[in-house]
Amino acid sequence: MLLIECPWCGPRDDQDFTYGGEAHIARPERPEKLSDEQWGDYLFMRSNPKGTHLERWVCNGCRRWFNVCRDTVTDEITAVYRMGEKPPGAIKKAGRKS
Amino acid sequence: MPEKYQWQSALATLGLEARALAPVAEPGVTLSERRVGTQLVIRGDAAEAEFAAGVSSVLGLDLPTEPKTAHRKGDRTLLWLGPDEWLAVVAGEGEDRLAVSLAEALVDLHHAIADVSHSRAVIGLEGPRAREVLMKGTNVDLHPRVFAEGSCVQAHLGRCHMLLHQLDAAPRYDIYVHRSFAVYAWSWLSDASREYGLSIASSGAVR
Ligand SMILES: [Zn+2]
Repeated sequence: MLLIECPWCGPRDDQDFTYGGEAHIARPERPEKLSDEQWGDYLFMRSNPKGTHLERWVCNGCRRWFNVCRDTVTDEITAVYRMGEKPPGAIKKAGRKS
Repeated sequence: MPEKYQWQSALATLGLEARALAPVAEPGVTLSERRVGTQLVIRGDAAEAEFAAGVSSVLGLDLPTEPKTAHRKGDRTLLWLGPDEWLAVVAGEGEDRLAVSLAEALVDLHHAIADVSHSRAVIGLEGPRAREVLMKGTNVDLHPRVFAEGSCVQAHLGRCHMLLHQLDAAPRYDIYVHRSFAVYAWSWLSDASREYGLSIASSGAVR
């Protein structure tokens, strides 16, 4: 069991949350300008790091989305921050080939 | 929205009024149905002073901005659902104009009001063992240190969603469940209460 800190509700059991995949993936401004490969990359390709991962969760109590920084090896959660906010300074988004 | 005279309790099939005629002596837990007149979901920006003032001028209650808290006065309750979302509950009849009054008070402000009066049934749970009954069915920490009079939370009870509101330290709780889950929730609570001595009280308004 994970204890996840909702930015509004405080710490709650992981049963009270739903996982929403990798965070900070912006929808391209002009999809029609993209190649199929670029569009496919946006839709389907995700980083799968061993270690620090920035991801989205939704709280089923207050029904708000927020961001979580979780270590995929230890499940340790090192930061929780609201939608629209940047990850705390020291944390870098893990290895995605650009 | 059905006409008032057509309104029927979601728990009507259980014959609760008849069962309330045979109260149990010194019950550990008492269950009852709460009658609710109007329920409104109100959305807006709590940081906007005019929004908070507008809501409280109509309802006579301050807007709870602290997460998981509710304000209550007389037959009115205002519960925090999220950082920009609240549930207003008024027990009495004749509150049909409440949504209109709110819309008028908030007319130039970013807001939304939805009448959800028939969406939820409310079950009253009280007695010295009431907290233990809830603890069997929810993962929420109900210790008085973190969940006390004026606390509310959206969580699970058994397999259904609930909005739980603690009214006082007795403890007394109001449990809001979606209407189609009302019989399930009542059955679950009755079953969980049986070992403590369960009494059923006549239905009353949300207090
Ligand atoms: Zn929450």
